[in-house]
Amino acid sequence: MNEIVDGGRRAGAPAADRDTPFRRFVADFTASRIAVAALVTFVTIILVALLGPLFTLQNPYDLAQLNLWDSGLPPGATGTDGQVYLLGTDDQGRDMVSAVVYGLRISLGVAISSGVIAVIIGTTAGIVAGYFGGRVDTLIMRVVDMQLAFPAVLVALILLAVLGRGVDKIIFALITVQWAYYARTVRSSAVVERRKDYIAAARCLSLGAGRVIFHHLLPNCIAPLIVLATIEVASAVALEATLSFLGVGLPVTEPSLGLLISNGYQYMLSGRYWLSFYPGVALLITIVSINLVGDQLRDVLNPRLQE
Amino acid sequence: MGRAEPGSETTLAVENLSTHFFTRAGVVKAVDGLSFTVARGEVLGLVGESGSGKTVTGFSILGLVDPPGRVVSGRILFKGENLVGAKPERLRSLRGARIAMIFQDPAMTLNPVLRIDTQMIEAITAHERTTNEAARERCREALAMVGIASPDERLAAYPHQFSGGMRQRVTIAIAMLHKPDLIVADEPTTALDVTIQAQILYEVRKLCRMTGTSMIWISHDLTVVAGLADRIAVMYAGRLVEHGAVDDVLDRPRHPYTRGLIDSVPSHNRRRKRLRQISGMLPSLIDPPPGCGFRERCSRSDATCEAMPEFREHEPGHWVRCFHPLADEAGA
Amino acid sequence: MSLVVFVGVYAIGNPITVLIDPRAPQEAIQRAIHDLGLDRPLYEQYFFFLKNALAGHLGNSFVFNEPALWVIMQRFPATLELTLTAMVIASVTGLPLGLIAGYWSDKPVSRVIMTGSILGFILPSFWVGLMLIIVFSIELGYLPATGRGATVAIFGVETSLLTLDGLRHILLPAINLSLFPMALIIRLTRAGVREHLQLDYVKYARAKGLTNRRILFTHVLKNIMIPVITVMGLLFGLIIAFAVVTESVFAWPGMGKLIIDSITLLDRPVIVAYLLLTVGLFIVINLVVDILYSILDPRVRLSEETR
Repeated sequence: MNEIVDGGRRAGAPAADRDTPFRRFVADFTASRIAVAALVTFVTIILVALLGPLFTLQNPYDLAQLNLWDSGLPPGATGTDGQVYLLGTDDQGRDMVSAVVYGLRISLGVAISSGVIAVIIGTTAGIVAGYFGGRVDTLIMRVVDMQLAFPAVLVALILLAVLGRGVDKIIFALITVQWAYYARTVRSSAVVERRKDYIAAARCLSLGAGRVIFHHLLPNCIAPLIVLATIEVASAVALEATLSFLGVGLPVTEPSLGLLISNGYQYMLSGRYWLSFYPGVALLITIVSINLVGDQLRDVLNPRLQE
Repeated sequence: MGRAEPGSETTLAVENLSTHFFTRAGVVKAVDGLSFTVARGEVLGLVGESGSGKTVTGFSILGLVDPPGRVVSGRILFKGENLVGAKPERLRSLRGARIAMIFQDPAMTLNPVLRIDTQMIEAITAHERTTNEAARERCREALAMVGIASPDERLAAYPHQFSGGMRQRVTIAIAMLHKPDLIVADEPTTALDVTIQAQILYEVRKLCRMTGTSMIWISHDLTVVAGLADRIAVMYAGRLVEHGAVDDVLDRPRHPYTRGLIDSVPSHNRRRKRLRQISGMLPSLIDPPPGCGFRERCSRSDATCEAMPEFREHEPGHWVRCFHPLADEAGA
Repeated sequence: MSLVVFVGVYAIGNPITVLIDPRAPQEAIQRAIHDLGLDRPLYEQYFFFLKNALAGHLGNSFVFNEPALWVIMQRFPATLELTLTAMVIASVTGLPLGLIAGYWSDKPVSRVIMTGSILGFILPSFWVGLMLIIVFSIELGYLPATGRGATVAIFGVETSLLTLDGLRHILLPAINLSLFPMALIIRLTRAGVREHLQLDYVKYARAKGLTNRRILFTHVLKNIMIPVITVMGLLFGLIIAFAVVTESVFAWPGMGKLIIDSITLLDRPVIVAYLLLTVGLFIVINLVVDILYSILDPRVRLSEETR
């Protein structure tokens, strides 16, 4: 109906050094206070997970440090040695703060490590599929589609039913569940980017396929991947917690937050809610903060894709 | 010879209408200071190229301008009542009943998942209480009026089962259901082929004569308007540049743009003469240059055109807004 | 898919321990090995397995000592009841909320609804379930925490939906299970409404003088219902799997709880039978949904054009 003059783009010359893409990204990201708060929260959580053991009262899985006399204490109670158990203790005298911190370490550790490997596998698959196209593409995507047709919980359950319990097996299950999402996202980006001129130019220079893929194609497919990875880490945390809660996840010797919640579940009905509640809160904060960061990343990085 | 009788009442009087779109790129002045009237029973042809603001004018009259656009100033007097700023419920009760609109592409305007009878009957029941049977009967009559045979079969069908011409007839029938005082038709025949076009034009004209309905026929196609309208109004870049009785304007165009439009119609041209085009493009409507919008493309423009010309009546009922109107020339 | 399960069972695990109770006496084991054909070549075993599966013979449950399939089918009505109720809740709540969020997409109410919906799928379902139990059972005491209520038999099938006690018991787990599909339905509906409100047929409907209510509930709804219903069908399949978690939290005696118990108790015939059943169900649902789509859209259904 009406012409709109091309006034939406930034005028003329390439960005001056004051206004680098990175700075623009930071400015856009910090525009949302919620996202910044979430990021701060998440970083705090990571710090707690990394440095926690230095500050906690005890290592809750070193049986020598436990004091059975202090079992079943509610939050804020004082123990026999005078220490205050901020979040109470469980039936074996474990300090809940320590338990939560250690649980956090395991939950995050499992989620992030499985995430990293899933990213590597999925990205490779996706970019190969996107770059080469044809039968390779069809084959890979068929597998991806099959994988994605089934709910993660079910796939993980099947795998764990066959493989049994153990940290490595959980990580394997999580990788299996996640890689397909990355593969699909990267493949979509790759298919779009593959058609662009700079790829044709790179190929004209007789660069090997590997170099073209990893040096030229990949960097331009990263943006949606970052968003996805953030949110997938949160999903992995949630999935692992669910599996542990159900009793098919991590073994008792390496309790994650999910397992803590599961252990505390039976005490809930008798009023000792703190055994499940605080790990649950920690889980909640972790998942929500990661998601909020991911959301803001998505909003910020998306229009950038269209520039 | 096609001159309209001075209307015993003016159905529509648009006064200084301005509709702007507030976009991120700037304020687009789609319609700027538009004024015209439509008398009872009269057909006004509103012509201009794409982007001249004619469709926005049509939407403005019906109050259907969606954000980021809105009517910023002016009055739209429908039988004396100002529609600008009227309550939404008032506008809703007028739309479809007293003022109807026909859109350009019926494939997009009829809902593909609802049957024709549903879409027609609801147009009736939105404005009056009546039984389903009575409403259905009126639909049959309306379809017969636009020349659709075997109406019952058609009523039970879905839009995609019709041809383009048939669909458009349905929308015309819907427009006529309440015998409105004004119909705004936005390029209703543009999407159809020429033979169907002729048929529909004929039927529309017949209907308007019969019912005394006023009509604004929006088009970019002069040939269509020539055969149909009583008066013609030429729009350019959101403003009116010339208006008058259709024969006056087409035989003796005063504004260079109107001249250009006429010359660019293939059938209007003499044989072996080169088809004239109007060079250049519409100016940006975001920050329109001051003065006459046609200035950049006009061969007759000079420094005086940097001021906005006023309308002047060159012959009775024929108004032009130009500093250098064309002199009388023999035929076109 | 049967191939995958077969491979999983036979190649990865030790088929002997999978299919035969390891606690049986040695001669019984030897006999079973021969009967089950485990001493035959692998491809023969696969056909054997398929033949039995199609005939419904999927082995006996170790725990219950009855045909695995029958053990599962016994619990199927409970799961079906829970899942159906959850879908009903999700649809009946989700659709109107989605319509509201789509119609008033710029108003705060939309933001609130959308934020709520995000929580619906990032929070682990078991955690939400625990919270529900804490709030409604423990703190407020309105509703029972676990178990299924009194049942009434209709056509030989037991259902708890017709007793007040049954309803009290099903409410919390059904709500818990409904949150994920509800969130998806809200988002889908909202996106559909927002997209369709821009289309010409809506503008035309307004030009006819129709009320906003009529436009929304008749014109727009009819258009977006087609994809929404198909998604609802797929969701139904999905939450049969998700029910695993909900049934565990609320001790609901359905298939899901059975599978978890079976995994922990290593009752592998039941696991195999459950997997085959679920996968089969999935495929059937997908098929039905595809057919449904072509029935619902009049453009597909009535493809003859009359000119």
